[in-house]
Amino acid sequence: MSKSAVDVPPMGGFNFDLCRRNDMLAKKGVNPPSFRKTGTTIVGIVFQDGIILGADTRATEGPIVCDKNCEKIHYMAPNIYCCGAGTAADTEAVTDMVSSQLQLHRYHTGRESRVITALTLLKKHLFNYQGYVSAALVLGGVDCTGPHLHTIYPHGSTDTLPFATMGSGSLAAMAIFESKYREGLNRDEGIKLVCEAICSGVFNDLGSGSNVDVCVITKGHKEYLRNHMLPNPRTYISSRGYTFPKKTEVLITKITPLKDKEVVIEGGDAMEE
Amino acid sequence: MDLKAPHSMGTTIIGVTYDGGVVLGADSRTSTGMYVANRASDKITQLTDNVYVCRSGSAADSQIVSDYVRYFLHQHTIQLGQPATVKVAANLVRLLSYNNKNMLETGLIVGGWDKYEGGKIYGVPLGGTIIEQPFAIGGSGSSYLYGFFDQAWKEGMTKDEAEQLVVKAVSLAMARDGASGGVVRTVIINSEGVTRNFYPGDKLPLWHEELEPHNSLLDIINASGPEPMHM
Repeated sequence: MSKSAVDVPPMGGFNFDLCRRNDMLAKKGVNPPSFRKTGTTIVGIVFQDGIILGADTRATEGPIVCDKNCEKIHYMAPNIYCCGAGTAADTEAVTDMVSSQLQLHRYHTGRESRVITALTLLKKHLFNYQGYVSAALVLGGVDCTGPHLHTIYPHGSTDTLPFATMGSGSLAAMAIFESKYREGLNRDEGIKLVCEAICSGVFNDLGSGSNVDVCVITKGHKEYLRNHMLPNPRTYISSRGYTFPKKTEVLITKITPLKDKEVVIEGGDAMEE
Repeated sequence: MDLKAPHSMGTTIIGVTYDGGVVLGADSRTSTGMYVANRASDKITQLTDNVYVCRSGSAADSQIVSDYVRYFLHQHTIQLGQPATVKVAANLVRLLSYNNKNMLETGLIVGGWDKYEGGKIYGVPLGGTIIEQPFAIGGSGSSYLYGFFDQAWKEGMTKDEAEQLVVKAVSLAMARDGASGGVVRTVIINSEGVTRNFYPGDKLPLWHEELEPHNSLLDIINASGPEPMHM
């Protein structure tokens, strides 16, 4: 093995070499193990008193639904919530991390967190990983400067919008918003619109399904409506019910005695040279 | 439908100098593959009170570059004690673009007004070149505007003539480029300050073979009422 002529000092920053190796292997047909994605339809709107966020509750692992009732609306701060689409581990980890950073910042400054702070922290992190942290987020909250709704893409770009959708069901949900959204909706109209958009994703997109979660954030107050709508109840349950035995059943009783232990006493000759 | 494709701004961006200031213009479409992720984005970003930048190319890269330059310019303004010049802003953009050319994919047009040079436009395309121009065009839609500007641009325009030129050019590019669309946003910067204008898509002039907007063909067909049934 020849030694390299120049010793290069180790560089700081993230090393993307393994990403190139993965791409090369994928081209040769060796695919990486599949990971749990959230498929997903996530939406957010600005209504007259604040923000309403909505999400479906299906988590998929390839073609299988691995969680029929997962939580996609993550807590960031008392006045800020974030919906996540993409790889479940990435969205959980990145929202938990930024939520902790925001809490430390609150202790430092003594003030309520602002949505733009959460936005900048998330966007810096995602940009540094150049899109390999596969988290697409809808961030919404109400702070001292008013209600804010942002979308954040895995590569680190952000948009600020009055209504937003992300995830595999985003096209179905956006169709509902583009036809029915208007400014100055009240709370009930807003929740109804968000539920309609999520249901559109649930019924028309294979990666989204099960129930609808809604989160309403207004100045000084938030309501997390977990499973606000359950449009996919379990049908065909047997009406007789199921009976199971109360403890482990005894099927056979058979006793096999072990062999008697034979004790062998050796002659007591001492060892001699 | 590749929703995992990086967010890019197809775009048409324009910067034009006139007698007394500059006019910056852009469309508003941000696409992810073939899907329009944001049909009303604002591609003209503020760097300082008197300098703005038009962004094109990768949405993430151009947002990060303009965030860094805004931060550096803020420090520079405090240290200098007076507003930064357009030339300094453009050079900061150029330094970031050139030194990170392997990792970035963004074309920018920096425009503004300062008291030493007046209105100036600097183009900073993909590799990190900096070039001072009386007018600059960029983005995928700019391909359709080179001939148009050769014919329509003239020195010493007034503010309204310059703005009309920019709006006409962006709408022509939007008509031909699939990656540009939405609304036209303009920003006028001169010694008096900054004015933002907004031209919604349905108020723009119609070009060759473009149709009037209709709600639905059914409305037109049924306008005269249902025909009575015949036996």
